Amino acid sequence: MAVEVRIPTILRTYTGGEKAVHAEGETLGGLIDDLEANHPGLRDRLVESGDLRRFVNVYINDEDVRFSGGLEAQLADGDQVVVLPAVAGGG
Amino acid sequence: MLRIDQATYDAIVAHAKRDHPDEACGIVAGPEGSDRPERMVEMVNAAGSPTFYEFDSLDLLRLYRDMDANDEEPVVIYHSHTATEAYPSRTDIGLAGEPGAHYVLVSTRGHGNNDGPVEFRSYSIVDGVVTEEEIDVAARPVPDPNSDPRSVP
Repeated sequence: MAVEVRIPTILRTYTGGEKAVHAEGETLGGLIDDLEANHPGLRDRLVESGDLRRFVNVYINDEDVRFSGGLEAQLADGDQVVVLPAVAGGG
Repeated sequence: MLRIDQATYDAIVAHAKRDHPDEACGIVAGPEGSDRPERMVEMVNAAGSPTFYEFDSLDLLRLYRDMDANDEEPVVIYHSHTATEAYPSRTDIGLAGEPGAHYVLVSTRGHGNNDGPVEFRSYSIVDGVVTEEEIDVAARPVPDPNSDPRSVP
């Protein structure tokens, strides 16, 4: 079950500069485990205390996974996952 | 150094004044690797707050898809501070996710929605390190030295 994962600029240090990598998983959590196996350190940038980090946005086929199960969201062959850091701040 | 044209500079200031007392936010995209801010995109502050801003997550995805399709990148990421100086807050620094971008801060604390000067400053934010940079405001759009044969002497 191959899924394409688009990696944002700031996390490409973990993928050797690649903009997109392939990984496998039945769920988003499983996919991130598979990513971690090949790109150590990546999981920690996406997940904190067993949940997606507040300021990292993850989309499956253009849908924000916060509204479709988070790490439990189901994946199917050919799905596309996009990771984008939130653009946020304030003072 | 940030080089930006006067029209884009003015449009960022106008956006900040219009949204005061909430924080305004947006980007100026430009061709990848060019460092030329050319296409300003005002974003909705999904937080709708005087002390916080966040691009709506689906707007963010659309924006990055558009930039990908156009071979663009975010050259400027701007937002306003409405009660404090135009300097990155700890939150701004912690959440800065585009090390190649110019982070522009506009403070509207002086005149709010009204006419009058604003603080307009630019920074690079890389791995938590903030470096202020000079701003060169050009009367016309910054030319592309590679594509306009008239600019070659």
